[in-house]
Amino acid sequence: MSRILHRTKPDKAADTLIYAVLALFALSALFPLYYVFIVSVTPYAEVMKNGGFVIWPKQFTLEAYREIFASPRIPQALRITAFITVVGTALNLAVTTLLAYPLSKKSLAGRNFVLMALVFTMIFSGGMIPLYIVVRGLGLYDTVWALIIPGMVSTFNLLIVKTYFENLPAEVEEAARVDGCGDLGTLVRIVLPLSAPIMATIGLFYGVNHWNEYFKGIFYLSDKTLMPMQVVLRSMIQSPNVSTELSLNSLALNALPPETIKMAVVVVATLPLLVIYPFLQKYFVKGALLGSVKG
Amino acid sequence: MAMAEQAVSTPRNPAASRTGKAAGWRTFYRNRWFYLMMVPGLAYYALFHYAPMAGTLIAFQDFNLMKGIWGSPWVGWDNFRIIFDNPEFWPLIRNTLLISLYKIVGNLIPDVLLALMLNEVRHRWFKSLVQTITYGPYFLSWVIVYGLVFSFLSPGSGLISTFVRDAGWGQIDLMTNQDFFRPMLVLTEIWKTTGFGAIIYLAALASINQELYEAAVVDGAGRWRQLWHVTLPGIRDVFVLMLILKVGGILDAGFDQVFIFLNARVYEVGDIVDTWVYRYGFERLEFGVAAAMGVFKSVVGLIFVLGANKLAKKVGGNGLW
Repeated sequence: MSRILHRTKPDKAADTLIYAVLALFALSALFPLYYVFIVSVTPYAEVMKNGGFVIWPKQFTLEAYREIFASPRIPQALRITAFITVVGTALNLAVTTLLAYPLSKKSLAGRNFVLMALVFTMIFSGGMIPLYIVVRGLGLYDTVWALIIPGMVSTFNLLIVKTYFENLPAEVEEAARVDGCGDLGTLVRIVLPLSAPIMATIGLFYGVNHWNEYFKGIFYLSDKTLMPMQVVLRSMIQSPNVSTELSLNSLALNALPPETIKMAVVVVATLPLLVIYPFLQKYFVKGALLGSVKG
Repeated sequence: MAMAEQAVSTPRNPAASRTGKAAGWRTFYRNRWFYLMMVPGLAYYALFHYAPMAGTLIAFQDFNLMKGIWGSPWVGWDNFRIIFDNPEFWPLIRNTLLISLYKIVGNLIPDVLLALMLNEVRHRWFKSLVQTITYGPYFLSWVIVYGLVFSFLSPGSGLISTFVRDAGWGQIDLMTNQDFFRPMLVLTEIWKTTGFGAIIYLAALASINQELYEAAVVDGAGRWRQLWHVTLPGIRDVFVLMLILKVGGILDAGFDQVFIFLNARVYEVGDIVDTWVYRYGFERLEFGVAAAMGVFKSVVGLIFVLGANKLAKKVGGNGLW
């Protein structure tokens, strides 16, 4: 790397400072998550004895997790969230791809008009009230589909995919056509296999958004049994009464301090993301950069 | 890209020179699969973007869910009069603009600083480790961030509250404290988005011509002079573009974040246009008034974005479109 060149005068002090600040940065990103996890597995008496601060607990307890999963609410919310994450992402990818592929053909009549109409939605919206009325009018209110369908395509992701398709070598598609592949066949058999990285990237963005879904729950649902995980989590954190929130009334639960339960629910809502994150992180970077280059 | 265009258009439009309806239909028919593919996506945009745009008409109605858009009475500009005469109106605008502004100012510098520092790191493993860790929080929801903040600040058991109490400084409740609400929004935004925000600057730094550094060294420039004369000018355009785009979105103070952190005790400093619309619509069921406020925000927001884009082009960037 030629970068070494501009370091002819090593500057130990500055380097040390930079490394230290960066390490601090990284620690401050990790610490809250670590702290919440530790509180959720430490007996509360020990937490209190140490002024709320435990680096490594002397005693572990999974009591809070046992109660959470014994309650009806959390497993239900996790099922809803898992459902919208899996089914929603699959639908997002299908509809986005089907729209992006024709739009990547520059000679298609009407393409520019459609593109302009889609980009316009990025800078102007009717607002949340008219959208709510539309969702109600379509009969989606209080169904699990209200969590999926109103966010079917992200224009941002659509433009990323469209640009990617435009940059695929045209010869490959031509060869497929000569071999008698129709437009749909070419898309499924030729274009998609070449697009695995971009599909992973936007699939990830869609998936994370579904996992984090909160607002569609409070806008379009009143049925508590349909609420996704994030909605349940927020009302639990705010509630003074954990057992009502969990719809569970057991001796073991009542013996536990609400803080421990709350922290355990935070961990449950975060853990799946943390587990997949290291594996998928490179796609996120790619996506962030694609997004910053204009569609 | 020109190749792709040609390859697709040439075999598909042998009749391009022939004019008239018949040729048009033939092209349409030849591309019928393309148009069919677009149907689900276009239906989505029609129903969930363009129908609500038409639905903004309820801003001129005393809208009632039972009567619907066809049955509700028309009231002209009454709803707009109600929002502009409302004593909450100017505080709302002030809160929205201030929160946005604080977040813009509070975030730009950390983004750049993190990128600059990462750029100075010579050990690749350390650089990628720090990067991986620092942009992780971007993917956590605001609800989870709220939970983390709660674990530090909840008055009964939070880490910081407990510390302050044990030190004998009394009981604090920062989550419902008016003086702390806006700083809390800025701090949590920094925590959540700095790692992600640094990526674009890292890309800009990576594209700086290395010969500039070599030339600077030959001229006897030390590390700081290189930073000042080569590195910073190299990311200036991106910085200005980001700044302009953020200013263009100034009416979006971050509904998801503010809504989740907001509570009745901090309305005075934390209630923004979007949270007000939510309360008027979903809690008070004053749909017409709420929609009017939404329309006001969308129209002014559009003007801001278009203005920002124009400005971005003027200063030499490409703009958004």
